[in-house]
Amino acid sequence: MENQHGMSSEITFHADHSDSKSMVRKIIRTTVILSVITVIELALGYAIFFMHKNPDYSRSLVLAIKGVIVILSLAKAFYIVSIFMHLGDELRNMIMTIVVPLLLFVWFIAAFMWDGNSYKNLRNKYDPHHKEQKIPTESKPAEHGEGVKPGSVH
Amino acid sequence: MAQAAVPANTKWWGGGRSPFNVEYGKLMMWYFLMSDAFTFGAFLIAYGTVRMSSNSWPDPNHVFQSAPFLGDGLPLVFVSLMTFILIVSSVTMVLAVHEGHNMNRKGVIKWLLWTIVGGLAFLGCQAWEWTHLFHEGAWWGKIPTYAGSHFLNADGSIPSTNFSNFFFTITGFHGFHVFSGVVINVIMLIMTMNGVFDRKGHYLMIEKAGLYWHFVDLVWVFVFLCFYLL
Repeated sequence: MENQHGMSSEITFHADHSDSKSMVRKIIRTTVILSVITVIELALGYAIFFMHKNPDYSRSLVLAIKGVIVILSLAKAFYIVSIFMHLGDELRNMIMTIVVPLLLFVWFIAAFMWDGNSYKNLRNKYDPHHKEQKIPTESKPAEHGEGVKPGSVH
Repeated sequence: MAQAAVPANTKWWGGGRSPFNVEYGKLMMWYFLMSDAFTFGAFLIAYGTVRMSSNSWPDPNHVFQSAPFLGDGLPLVFVSLMTFILIVSSVTMVLAVHEGHNMNRKGVIKWLLWTIVGGLAFLGCQAWEWTHLFHEGAWWGKIPTYAGSHFLNADGSIPSTNFSNFFFTITGFHGFHVFSGVVINVIMLIMTMNGVFDRKGHYLMIEKAGLYWHFVDLVWVFVFLCFYLL
């Protein structure tokens, strides 16, 4: 049963695992990469946090930082799937049957984000009644607990 | 890692062998995970759509700002701990699979045990976070709207319950995956200790359980991204 798994009659070639040390080295290197990317993501997250403290922060800069965080997350996903799940070692045809269907996500994400944004704009234009309400501040004195000054809440 | 040692001029589609050179159960695990990725993707895209359709949204740095024993005002601290726990447990799982390739039963047992410990630690963290948010007044259909609440929208307006609904549903669905992953790993551990895989002559079951466990880590990358970083 060298080439066969269990009761299955199909033949698969086993990967060569004789070079155990280099595999462990590869695992350790991937662990370091994943940790470093996570630390960078956290640093960028804190950068956004501190930028938000300034009321007139640059919205485009925050958006750019968020874009970088998304790309870093995709890099993490690549390393997990390719190295930890060993997908990178499979046959190309097999990889494609997994990866190609996932490309649908490109359309899903673009279309649904676009749709959500359009819904917001249409509702604001034709049904402003639905807009989220501000917390009553100066106009009504707060009955329960302390009132909130405008701008003191983020 | 080494590519499989494949003889030259192998006719993959000539019959008599797996054309993808993958054992049946492992291939089906891959396709299951692909479909599960679409399920999680649908959840996260729904979250994104609703967030895009809202004029304002709670600021994660104000909602998730507590850590056990450390108090408040600490955004990202606790969730980074959870993220690292899951990364490390993914690494120990790779090592268990690796020991399985070498037919080293003791090594598989050792690394599987650490993986289970990591999974339980993650679930414990999530239980703490859910309890904490629940005591602050957030739950399915509930979000605290009093003045000064952490959950107010970033522009200071009253939040809808969309935020808490999506948060508890998606992290709950992910936590359920972690829980079932831990159960699978415990079963694998018992089977390994009983010598089932030594008798079979291969540790492919550990590989399949490992694929599932890495997928759980993979999903967390995106849950972490969507709820805590963006």
